[in-house]
Amino acid sequence: MGAKAHHHEESFVSKYVFTHDHKMISKQFLVTAILMGIVAVMLSVFFRLQLGWPGESFAILETFLGKWAPGGVLDRNAYLALVTIHGTIMVFFVLTGGLSGTFSNLLIPLQIGARDMASGFLNMLSYWFFFFSSVIMILSLFTEGGAASGGWTVYPPLSALPQAMPGSGMGMTLWLISMVLFVVSSLLGGLNYVVTVINLRTKGMSMTRLPLTIWAFMVTAILGVLSFPVLVSAVVLLLMDRTMGTAFYLSDIFIGGEALDVTGGSPILYQHLFWFLGHPEVYIVLLPALGISSEVIATNSRKPIFGYKAMVGSILGIGFLSFIVWGHHMFVTGMNPFLGSVFVFTTLLIAIPSAVKAFNYITTLWQGNIRFTPAMLFSIGLVSTFVTGGLTGIILADSALDVNVHDTYFVVAHFHIVMGMSAIFGMLAGIYHWFPKMFGRMMNTKLGFAHFWVTIVCGYGVFFPMHFVGIAGAPRRYYEYSNFDFLGSVMDLQPIISTFAIVGAIGQLFFLFNFFYSIFYGQKSVQNPWLSNTLEWTTPVKHVHGNWDGPLPEVHRWAYDYSNPAHEADFVPQTTPALAGEEVH
Amino acid sequence: MKLLILLVVVLGLVAAVQLSKVYQLSISLRGKREEDISEADNRLNGGLFLAFMVAFYASFIWLLVKYGSYGTPPASEHGVAVDRLMDFNMAIIFVVFFIVNTLLFWFSAKYYHRADRKARFFVHDTRLELVWTVIPSVVLAIIIAYGLQTWNEMTGEASEDALRVELYSKQFDWTARYPGSDGEFGQANYNLITPMNALGIVTADGVDAALTEIEEKIAKVENEINYEKGHLLAERASIEEELNGGHGHGGHGHDHDHSDHAHDDHAHGDHGHDEHADEAHDDHDAHKHALEARLLEVNHMLESDKVIILTEAAFEAKEDKLYRLLRHRQRIQEIRNFDFDSELTAWESGADDQVVKGEFHLPVGREVEFVFRSRDVIHSAYMPQFRAQMNTVPGVPTRFKMTPTITTDSMRMVLENPDFDYVLLCNKVCGAAHFNMQMKVVIESQESYDAWISEQGEFIVKEGSDEPEMEQASAQKESQTITASL
Repeated sequence: MGAKAHHHEESFVSKYVFTHDHKMISKQFLVTAILMGIVAVMLSVFFRLQLGWPGESFAILETFLGKWAPGGVLDRNAYLALVTIHGTIMVFFVLTGGLSGTFSNLLIPLQIGARDMASGFLNMLSYWFFFFSSVIMILSLFTEGGAASGGWTVYPPLSALPQAMPGSGMGMTLWLISMVLFVVSSLLGGLNYVVTVINLRTKGMSMTRLPLTIWAFMVTAILGVLSFPVLVSAVVLLLMDRTMGTAFYLSDIFIGGEALDVTGGSPILYQHLFWFLGHPEVYIVLLPALGISSEVIATNSRKPIFGYKAMVGSILGIGFLSFIVWGHHMFVTGMNPFLGSVFVFTTLLIAIPSAVKAFNYITTLWQGNIRFTPAMLFSIGLVSTFVTGGLTGIILADSALDVNVHDTYFVVAHFHIVMGMSAIFGMLAGIYHWFPKMFGRMMNTKLGFAHFWVTIVCGYGVFFPMHFVGIAGAPRRYYEYSNFDFLGSVMDLQPIISTFAIVGAIGQLFFLFNFFYSIFYGQKSVQNPWLSNTLEWTTPVKHVHGNWDGPLPEVHRWAYDYSNPAHEADFVPQTTPALAGEEVH
Repeated sequence: MKLLILLVVVLGLVAAVQLSKVYQLSISLRGKREEDISEADNRLNGGLFLAFMVAFYASFIWLLVKYGSYGTPPASEHGVAVDRLMDFNMAIIFVVFFIVNTLLFWFSAKYYHRADRKARFFVHDTRLELVWTVIPSVVLAIIIAYGLQTWNEMTGEASEDALRVELYSKQFDWTARYPGSDGEFGQANYNLITPMNALGIVTADGVDAALTEIEEKIAKVENEINYEKGHLLAERASIEEELNGGHGHGGHGHDHDHSDHAHDDHAHGDHGHDEHADEAHDDHDAHKHALEARLLEVNHMLESDKVIILTEAAFEAKEDKLYRLLRHRQRIQEIRNFDFDSELTAWESGADDQVVKGEFHLPVGREVEFVFRSRDVIHSAYMPQFRAQMNTVPGVPTRFKMTPTITTDSMRMVLENPDFDYVLLCNKVCGAAHFNMQMKVVIESQESYDAWISEQGEFIVKEGSDEPEMEQASAQKESQTITASL
């Protein structure tokens, strides 16, 4: 690995298709995730049309959905399918594949000073499993009975019994197969990330000099490696219940005019297995976004990230705690109340490291010299939404309160603000910030400004009112609400929410155009456009295999010497040796 | 039309690309780089954060004023405690929300980049970090303690004399069951579900009715299998072939017997073999008679109007169905043979259960313990006005206790809405009509409730009846003598 970078003849296929180079693989993940994101956003616009103006006819629905929207009105089964696939794509394909897959791949070798991942071959496989998983998930939308429709959580017995709803037929089978492939992709990637960080750091890059992005990606990968296999077990047991007459999740069921011949199983088993992954999953989604923001905020405030040690401690604390809180998704399943109490306690504990991180971000801004690149705008937006969404988590963590708001719009508001805004903002910040490193060109800044402001206004415009809709008692995953007088005027908010959603979706065109245009025609970038300290900016603009022409860099300090009074420049790259008598981190 | 839209989109894209290239050229001529954010732009964005903050807070307050009440006032005892806990938590998070977001946006606006400034090299501050770790920890400890106290009270054991009501969910409605004058719910078993016994309540009659129904279903499917034309024709063909001396086909016994006869007669001389030969001969004849009888039968069946035609896949599905029905019958018989207890009280306790649809009533001020069951998938009993929710899980009974405190009439006055009704909704996605699975809940005085419950029919399944027979509960109850034959 100490060899010089090598150049060799590359075909289109070996360079772009079956590449082993982590930088190219990160771009493959990114583009696939963006395309999946476009689909998921479109699905959400479709069902928001129904929710905002129930029963109204929309020609666009019939154009895109055909028989699923006869006369331009969304079919009630299709509504649930859209909601399900929207959630599935966003959580797994966009926010896991698109965040970890892109940025762990891009930044781990570059920021630790390695030539590439520990195994380029496994890395390539990781992408192709992701690709095929995506294809199958999209294909499931085109089955006769429609895609899986039990929500992205697909609880049995609803998801185990084709007779329970049409989406529980072939659509559900394809969903399960897609998820198994997805988990394989994640595991391959995760193993690679952990091994690479532990083994391939360059000289001088001790663990305490790692940028916070790497800490975040590594802990995320550990979470994934430990929790995704449990999802596979949940999925395999579900597949068996569906096809082999087993009774892991089924007991005492009369459906479709028949008493089923299975007893002894419990649907709650599935929920335990699912949420054992499901909760760490949301931190797998969030931690990379937080790590990215640490980097972007420090660089663009020209200040060290405040409280580096506490940040590392918080990442580790959140990572550990995330494994022992899953029951808070199950407070109303009839579990033993004492067990519920335990989960209340552990869940509220997670608020502490989360609060510490939020305070550290804000203190980093204090007395900084802030440069509002689009990446910085999104990172500040991430802090706001992380705090807002995290606070409503305190309500949901309290089981006595959760009884009244579980499965209402209050929950929808909470998780969309933390994932659909905070985590996505982290991903967008990462894209804007590392676009020059990925593509050797700059994205357009003005379009970036427009994108951010439209997105944050519309994002809050969609999800903030949902808190009120939820507390009034409106359940989620409802096709319409006209049957319920008790909800009263709070339903006036629905068309407002839908309008913000449509405008916000259109606003993403600023980003999409900017992104794809700039790949080909963007202003050619310099080596270190953001005047940043980390190692990735010491590589040449035009990619080389092995990342550095010549020997690997040597690290002499941590990543956060911005505006260090011992130096004249307001940044000091990690490769800069210590000055005489200087105390370096 | 669609082509036109597509054309417009494509041309629009091309135009955007070209305009962008022009823009790129112009900025490169001016020597401007995308990563250089001008002081003006920095100041603008900083200011926008402040403006955004103001707009955000204003919208929040508007929403709070207009939609901030929690639906209806809490209509249960624990609901009052829950709302107080909610107010407490909301107050805390509102304060934190406003402080933290204000600091965030304020700092962003204040510290925008100026070329002549250097940022402060502030790496950490142990005391500050301790303060903001300890204070949230203390606050959270209080939140935990208060929250768990409320939770323990809500989830504690129901009192001995709580009214027990079962809420039974299925795609896509609710049924309520009351235990009747004996105060005991009958056992329930999903194998006994018939149109007349929607909850599968175990009674002697219920078991018999289920058996009757399953026998009918079995007979029907067996008929369909037996009268399937393709199979009958194939059977007829094979019988005919066998009868007409099918060599090597079906009648494998004949040829062998002939040669064996000859062989045996030659090899052995004792009379045992003659008998053997006779027996074999008789068997051979009996077999032939059986075949001929069956052939007659098949021909007869083919002419009857019960003949149906099925594809091979459909036929196999029928056979699978028959197998499942036979298993079902076996399970029902196991119930019948199950010795609940020597007095067979379990057989009786279900007979007086009262099964109610459309709306259910509860007396105000009396603790009720709900028991939940589900027929098919997970549903959830959500009663927001009472701050109550519990999943209903097939195979796993769940429970929830509460004491309603405000009658429907009183709540109508409070809300100034004469049409108001308490509602039970489904709150766990359960299929196509999940959004329309509700049941009215009526809270009334004890007297009104007593009057109402006495009008609800007792659940009795009478063998052979076309619809559930609901008897008026009367003072004289016929004691049900369960005979040994059951």
